[in-house]
Amino acid sequence: MEIRVSPTRMHLLELKKRHAMAVRGHKLLKDKLDELMKQFLEMVKRDRELREEVDEKLGEAFRGFLIARGAMSSNSVDAALMYPKEQISLKASRRHIMNVEVPEFEWSFEGQEDRTNIYPYGFAYTSSELDTAIRLLSEAMPSLVELAEVEKSVELLAGEIERTRRRVNALEHVVIPQLERSIKYITMKLDEAERANITRLMKVKEIVGERSV
Amino acid sequence: MRMHKIAVIGDEDSILGFRALGVSVFPVRNGKEAEEALRRAARRDYAVIYITETYASEIIDVITEYSQEPLPVVLTIPDNRGGQGAAMEKIRRTVEKALGADILFGREGNA
Repeated sequence: MEIRVSPTRMHLLELKKRHAMAVRGHKLLKDKLDELMKQFLEMVKRDRELREEVDEKLGEAFRGFLIARGAMSSNSVDAALMYPKEQISLKASRRHIMNVEVPEFEWSFEGQEDRTNIYPYGFAYTSSELDTAIRLLSEAMPSLVELAEVEKSVELLAGEIERTRRRVNALEHVVIPQLERSIKYITMKLDEAERANITRLMKVKEIVGERSV
Repeated sequence: MRMHKIAVIGDEDSILGFRALGVSVFPVRNGKEAEEALRRAARRDYAVIYITETYASEIIDVITEYSQEPLPVVLTIPDNRGGQGAAMEKIRRTVEKALGADILFGREGNA
């Protein structure tokens, strides 16, 4: 693929400028990619840790819950959970990692000061498995919210990394070589014109010399 | 700043316990209901939406629609049958997409 250019000095200058710009852009993007990658790998690591933790905790909580439902009638489970004492307040804001917008959550349980008394029901009509299940769930909550933050960041960073890598590759393998070829082409053309000119001048000199003899 | 909420979508047996924590619970029975619940929740103030794995795998296309926006965050969680590794698989795919190669998990042999 050749860029069609007229081989003039003006174009050569312009192409050289563009080439310098492309090289600089390429270097910057590559640096960006490196940093993104670093952040990304850290995030992925955290993501996996949290995932494992959450999977385990939730699994336990759900199993407990299942048993609780077995031990109690589903009506009484419904009734027990009808009016939650707890309220989660969640504030979502945005944070920038390398110009990628990622969500950031700030949250807390509202309602009960006393963290040992989070159960929205009296203990008389419920089974103890339900208490355990709910305690486990409430313990899993911090990890769950952080997981949301981290996993989303990972996803968004992955998108940005992909885009950046495409641009780096496009510059490296298409734009810069193309510009280089065009520059070379113009340089050769100009050199050729220069040589033609010199030959012509020599010839003219020769003719003039012959006449004056 | 507006207050945001957390939603959980899934089969009732798994997720009812979240209600005790003040999390909004959307019990659904099939993928279609899950999709509706997800769209409804996404339109409202829910910043984080958890979906149990069984339903999440049925409506993965819808979930992907929300993946490029900072909010809401749509996450899969295991249900009471335990996780089937879909979440890990998703992380793996994301890494593959970003790096072009599966360098993190390949080494550890999909443990």
